[in-house]
Amino acid sequence: MLREIGVSSVEELFHDIPERFRNARFSLPPPLSELELKKELAQLANLNANLDDYACFLGAGSYRHFIPSVVEHIIGRSEFYTAYTPYQAEVSQGTLQSVYEYQSLICQLTRMEVSNAGMYDGSTSAAEAAMMACAITSRNTVAVLATVNPTYRDVLDTYCRGKSLSLVALESESSSLPADCACLIIQQPNFLGYFEQLDAYVQKAHDAGALLIAIVDPTSLGMFKPPGDYGVDIAVAEGQPLGIPVSFGGPYLGIFACRKEYVRRMPGRIVGKTVDVDGNPGYVMTLVTREQYIRRERATSNICTSQALMALAAAVYLAAVGKRGLRQVAELCYHKAHYAARAIGKLKGYSLVFPQPFFKEFAIRCPVPPSQINEVLFRERIIGGLDISHLIDNGMLLCVTEVNTRQDIDRLVKTLGSS
Amino acid sequence: MKRHCLLPDISQPGRIGCSLPDLDVPSGDLPPEELLRQELELPEVSEVDLVRYFTALSKLNYGVDTGFYPLGSCTMKYNPKSHEDIARLPGFTALHPCQPEESVQGALELMYRLQEYLTEVTGMDATSLAPLAGAHGELAGLLMLKAYHEGRGDKARTKILLTDSSHGTNPASVAMCGLETGVVASDASGDLGLKNLESMMTEEVAALTLTMPSTLGLFDPKINEIAQLVHERGGLLGGDGANLNALLGQAKFGELGFDYVQLNLHKTFSTPHGGGGPGSGPVCVRESMVDFLPTPLVTGDNGRYRFSSPPRTIGRIATFHGNFNVMVKAYAYARSLGPKELKRISEDAVLNANYLKEKLKPYYHLPYDRTCMHEVVFSGKKQKAKGIATLDIAKRLLDYGLHPPTVYFPLIVSGALMTEPTETESKETLDNYIAAMKEIARDAEENPEILHSAPRNTPVRRLDDARAFRQLDLRWEIKSQKK
Repeated sequence: MLREIGVSSVEELFHDIPERFRNARFSLPPPLSELELKKELAQLANLNANLDDYACFLGAGSYRHFIPSVVEHIIGRSEFYTAYTPYQAEVSQGTLQSVYEYQSLICQLTRMEVSNAGMYDGSTSAAEAAMMACAITSRNTVAVLATVNPTYRDVLDTYCRGKSLSLVALESESSSLPADCACLIIQQPNFLGYFEQLDAYVQKAHDAGALLIAIVDPTSLGMFKPPGDYGVDIAVAEGQPLGIPVSFGGPYLGIFACRKEYVRRMPGRIVGKTVDVDGNPGYVMTLVTREQYIRRERATSNICTSQALMALAAAVYLAAVGKRGLRQVAELCYHKAHYAARAIGKLKGYSLVFPQPFFKEFAIRCPVPPSQINEVLFRERIIGGLDISHLIDNGMLLCVTEVNTRQDIDRLVKTLGSS
Repeated sequence: MKRHCLLPDISQPGRIGCSLPDLDVPSGDLPPEELLRQELELPEVSEVDLVRYFTALSKLNYGVDTGFYPLGSCTMKYNPKSHEDIARLPGFTALHPCQPEESVQGALELMYRLQEYLTEVTGMDATSLAPLAGAHGELAGLLMLKAYHEGRGDKARTKILLTDSSHGTNPASVAMCGLETGVVASDASGDLGLKNLESMMTEEVAALTLTMPSTLGLFDPKINEIAQLVHERGGLLGGDGANLNALLGQAKFGELGFDYVQLNLHKTFSTPHGGGGPGSGPVCVRESMVDFLPTPLVTGDNGRYRFSSPPRTIGRIATFHGNFNVMVKAYAYARSLGPKELKRISEDAVLNANYLKEKLKPYYHLPYDRTCMHEVVFSGKKQKAKGIATLDIAKRLLDYGLHPPTVYFPLIVSGALMTEPTETESKETLDNYIAAMKEIARDAEENPEILHSAPRNTPVRRLDDARAFRQLDLRWEIKSQKK
């Protein structure tokens, strides 16, 4: 090959790199063979308390749900995971049609009119929705309800500062919206687990000429009223509960759906159905003039991925559980969480913080700091709830899903009662 | 299963694709009626039908495991299977992001070691793994440099200079930070025009962002002069690390004068592209920008690892700690490479690209005829004269069972064919591609219709993009049966 190229050594091919920068020193450990690699990485994995061995009651934006084996097997097909962005539609129909399925399933689930192909995660979806609302309304203030997940609010803050937009926290239902308000962001159910008066907030936003952005829990939609039925303008969600492992926080999936009239303002990839020259149906990336690789600085966003493999997982999950299964999963979460809450509420020194209806997460007040309680629980191979004592005195946010057995819940209650 | 069917077509009332447990606790009161959903219309599909449906779909796809995938700038190298197995260990997947730090020391140690590894490979001083993709890393980089200048009380620097060969994400990221873009034209040899830079590098300029090597696959020999000029004028030099593959084990961004660089683990560090995500886009920075890194970082102290936040961080850019499972695969890849193996990657990648360049330049116009790095950009100029578009060449390649290069990018090459073979391909694979490209060049002369009508051997033929755009059909709909 060197002869064909007309050089005598590979080094010659690097002659454009100035001599002084070439042959930099790299101080790296010696390489591992496949056998050694597997052993070393398994050792690292074993240093972690994995949730297959613990009962876990953490939620707060990442949720353990049952994942049918079929999900992992389908996304594990290398035709899906070793492909890239479907620029060549003729050899990418597998990805493209899957995205069309995903968009359809998300619309069915949320009762919104259109969905994009997927975003990074729930919080960045919310931030992109806020940017989109500002572009639609030509306004520069983003209002967020104080009960939205604090990490989402942090991400919103980062994005808003970047674009010099003001971010205003709305403390309660009676607070009025700021002038120049582009959107109001609500989480339903909220970070503390309970349901907001979403219809009232939709009214409030619309009265002020602002859009209503709802952050929803996709699993809850198996049982609870979807954002589309509330008249929400943009619905976003963390898609992880739909067949994606918790994986220490990523990769996840940002769900992004909105009213059809805003489709040309949407960030991210969108797939549409069309026909080929023979009249056969097929799928392509469409409305691409919104995207960075065509429109550059005038694009609706800089996003270049659609978390395609995670969106595929969500599509397979929704199809596997289907109409009946999603409802069943939601009901299991609801009843188990309420069973746990009832039992904990009866324990001496513990109380439920909020009286409002909730889905699978609820805040409790503990008799001592939650950090102490969590240490006790951990010794019993239980990972307790999130310490929210910075928000509520001795507060803990618990989450119960269908993966928590009655035995787990009873063990949790018993240990709480004795600590 | 019928061809062209969708999930609703294989749905039958009462079917389900998995089994779920019964309720094992007493059920309580239902929530108020007004909160409840009236109807839920999702498909009802059995497990076997579901598997066959998606298996059939997968067969319509082309991936790196299917064949040669020289998609320029995307570094479609082969992804070792062992990394997939490792990433599926429950000790990595079954970890909640809010677990106590003591219970996830292995995960934190892995992140710490990956930070250190990337810092060393790029010659920088620190790395944050928080960004979730390349463009997300770009955004983080720009937010950091904005914070850096503002921190020095310099609020006048609102412009980012880019080259005319830059990725589309670059200007889009600039716009997301409320900054302006200035485009520095390339010179005749495809490098940055130093004279142009000289005149554009004013006190308004916050940074110059360069892809190194460029999207033309060229390493700019004037890098030192460029870095000096930018720094002398008070600006920063940012790197789009999409093409790091060409520099692995050879040169370091830090030593080249870059102040920050964003990486794409799914390109250089061999984590699968997933059909368009998930990726991971760490940012590596020099000392002057360490304090601004996005949160969180992993800090190690006497074998104990914990999350920390830099003092003047630009803040949180994602819900949790980054795409951890992608990091596991990237770390596995990194651990299989010592300094020698790292260097071998860039050598083989550059060798392969130059081999393609020499073998194909008699047949395709080569706008910049000089030694290339990891990719080579041809143009369809010769064929265009015969009425053949670059797109026709790309579509004809599909008939050979090959994935085409990136087409019509970079924008400064008209009808570009941006070809990146990567280091994992053999000479035989390259020769097979070269043979196909030669035949296509011949057909362009002698049998142009075969190119115009390509592809013929694919699951579908050329699709009507205009119709997709005009008659938007973005979903199917199952309407409720209830009256």
